[in-house]
Amino acid sequence: MRGIIGYGTYVPYYRLDRAKITAAMGAGGGRGHRAVASFDEDTTTMGVEAARSALRASSVTPSSIWFATANPAYLDKTNATAIQAALDLPQETWAVDAGGSARSSEAAIRGAIGTAGVSMAVVSDLRTGNPTSNDESGGGDAAAALLFGDDEDAPVIAHAMGVAASTGEFLDRYRLPGESSSRIWEERFGEQAYLALANDAIERATKEANIGLEDVDKVIIAGLHARAVRSLSKIAGDKLVDDLTGRIGNPGTAQLPLLLASALDEAAPGETILCTHLADGAYAVVLRTTDAISDYTPFATVESQIENGSDNLDYNLYLTWRGFLDREPPRRPDPDRPGAPPAFRSEDWKYAFVGSRDRSSGAIHLPPMRVSMDGGAVDDMERVRMADTPATIATFTVDYLAFSLSPPTVAVVIDFDGGGRFQAEMTDVDPDEVKIGDRVQMTFRRLFTAQGIHNYFWKARPFSE
Amino acid sequence: MASHGIKDQVAIVGMGCTPFGEHWDKGADDMLVDAAHEAYASAGVTQDDIDAFWLGTMGSGVSGLTLSKPLQLDYKPVSRLENMCATGSEAFRNACYAVASGAYDVVMAIGVEKLKDSGYSGLTGSRPPSDGTDSSLTAPATFSLLAPAYAHKHGLDDETMKEVLTRIAWKNHKNGALNPRAQFRKEVAKETIAGSPLVAGPLGIFDCSGVSDGSAAAVIVRAEDAHRYTDKPLYVKALSFSSGPATGALDPSYDYTTFREVRASAEEAYKQAGINDPRSQIAMAEVHDCFTPTELVLMEDLGFAEEGTAWKEALNGTFDLDGDLPVNPDGGLKSFGHPIGASGLRMLFECWLQLRGEAPPERQIDSDKTLGLTHNLGGQPGACVSFVSVVGSEVG
Repeated sequence: MRGIIGYGTYVPYYRLDRAKITAAMGAGGGRGHRAVASFDEDTTTMGVEAARSALRASSVTPSSIWFATANPAYLDKTNATAIQAALDLPQETWAVDAGGSARSSEAAIRGAIGTAGVSMAVVSDLRTGNPTSNDESGGGDAAAALLFGDDEDAPVIAHAMGVAASTGEFLDRYRLPGESSSRIWEERFGEQAYLALANDAIERATKEANIGLEDVDKVIIAGLHARAVRSLSKIAGDKLVDDLTGRIGNPGTAQLPLLLASALDEAAPGETILCTHLADGAYAVVLRTTDAISDYTPFATVESQIENGSDNLDYNLYLTWRGFLDREPPRRPDPDRPGAPPAFRSEDWKYAFVGSRDRSSGAIHLPPMRVSMDGGAVDDMERVRMADTPATIATFTVDYLAFSLSPPTVAVVIDFDGGGRFQAEMTDVDPDEVKIGDRVQMTFRRLFTAQGIHNYFWKARPFSE
Repeated sequence: MASHGIKDQVAIVGMGCTPFGEHWDKGADDMLVDAAHEAYASAGVTQDDIDAFWLGTMGSGVSGLTLSKPLQLDYKPVSRLENMCATGSEAFRNACYAVASGAYDVVMAIGVEKLKDSGYSGLTGSRPPSDGTDSSLTAPATFSLLAPAYAHKHGLDDETMKEVLTRIAWKNHKNGALNPRAQFRKEVAKETIAGSPLVAGPLGIFDCSGVSDGSAAAVIVRAEDAHRYTDKPLYVKALSFSSGPATGALDPSYDYTTFREVRASAEEAYKQAGINDPRSQIAMAEVHDCFTPTELVLMEDLGFAEEGTAWKEALNGTFDLDGDLPVNPDGGLKSFGHPIGASGLRMLFECWLQLRGEAPPERQIDSDKTLGLTHNLGGQPGACVSFVSVVGSEVG
């Protein structure tokens, strides 16, 4: 039997209180919060975090990665390659993008299901809208990863009983390449189009599963068309899974797998879950959880990540991060772009956070060195990946002068559990809260972008159990 | 194999030092001409008498042409050196060795830096293409790492630590106020220092050395020839240099309360000079106070204070102009700014004045000791280069 063998999610740390939009602009906003990717995150880094979470809960090695986003960090260049590298997966891994549309999550998921071996769909989105728009307040940023495989790979925790899709060519939302905000046609038009497409797909999926709607335990309805989603939700009654839009907003492409993950976080064996996605058509899947789900522990639940966020983000900072406000830059040179050959040579270090350990003395070198700092042994090192090892702050500072999209820069010297030291930037932290002895963990981030090159590397962030 | 030093083999017989500051009206060329000709006059020589030159600059020019063109040298050898913020000292060290080797009779070490043409705050420099994983911290941020680590290790609360750092800046500004060559020639109230806008960690603007332009030069000859040029030569007692393995950011045993490179270079210099108790044997020291916590930690690394006590000594005034061991009597980098290639030679210039009794009376140190020390540092805590020299007004 082939199905879901694991999953991981990532909800960024920051929340924007929608009331702050209203307060600043006299319009827009509303109630509740939306999740906001930090200035050093993009869809690729969030995808890495979701995928790391999935792999830390399931000890499997995927042979393919299917990455989908409507907000790719690069065009032409594949973004999934950075995810493959950050996960320290072997070069035999097939890493591909399915990008551009909100519907692309379906391509990643179907591609992963249909590819033999352990396959991972990673779906990530970062939603921005013009200030005061519904997209601004209603959007959210998040990522989710689904691992597919057969029982011999790992216990299947949920499998599909019926799948159906429908497609419609009509203008609902659209965005020209390079634009930061989507354009949206009158909502009432899209609503009628979506309801017909959704009812068709749901009918065929439930028929294939040989069940009626009344046999379904939970219903997930995802999609960026809020009015159509709301109308369709009437079919679910009290079985509707909370779409989390009040607390984190709608993470677009990532919403379908994120809501599925939140349902799986709490699912019991033998539950039937109808997942529906409205995006230029409709996609419906009837899933059933297996007994194995009771033995599956996610690395971090969606709920715990929502709970651990900070709702202190100010609207002006959000606008800055999204490029709507330009701060006066420090009177310092712009950062140099990373060089392609040096980045290629140090892929293990830069992307996978792999250092070297001296076989004779055990000393860990971050970055990796050929000559040991302890004893001077030459070329007698083994790889040691430190990305998942917690660390403790030895000393720290706050740099008010360094180039940053969101100054000040917090820097920490950290000592890893079991050895190894590194001087890192720290993120997702209030500079006034940092102390010697604080616990941190590593996170994959975009340090800056220079001359069209995203400089990806690892930072420290506060450790949460 | 061993390091032997060149104690009393060479001597400084003339020096020049431009005022340090924002010289909008002068380029590196102009400052080199000013410093070189002041040094020629000081030694009573002409340019033709100099056999070879060592030029220190980090970014104000490449190759010997940076010096030979503005000075219009007559096809003489010029070595151009760079060793981060210890560049000026490195020019001096190599020039001394050339004389000691017998290769030349009279040489010049000269350093220059034109920083104020960049338009940026703080220091900038170009680095080779990298993988993008290098730290992007500014210099004040890297040195500010010392402050919480030192306070944590020695049990100082934040308020006391800030008071110590403020006292160091206050002392150096007080000294600089008496120096016509300094960039900042005013005393600064402790409240102003402590209340200045933060730059990095607990460091405010007044905890940082300024950004300035300047040049300084020395004429060096064999010790036995020195009295042909001056009655009061300055003999070179020790020259040491340490370039660390840069493992502070890798090695958990490094605690950011010391510079291992400084300890190594100090130990070597004291050995060469025959010093066993620097605190009591040295008349004055010019040290690399790029940021206030740097000077604090240096007092322990150079052996001027026991480990964990420099903060008390700083508060007690041990290193004041009238203290037991005056440190940075000229005002230091705090008052002079840090034109990189020039700073190491500027430090020697203060030794030149003080040990010969030629400092202005208001800051002339009253001491029967004859030794001065300069310390120059480049890099950051855990990954730096360190230079120490000892010079003296008497042979032996």
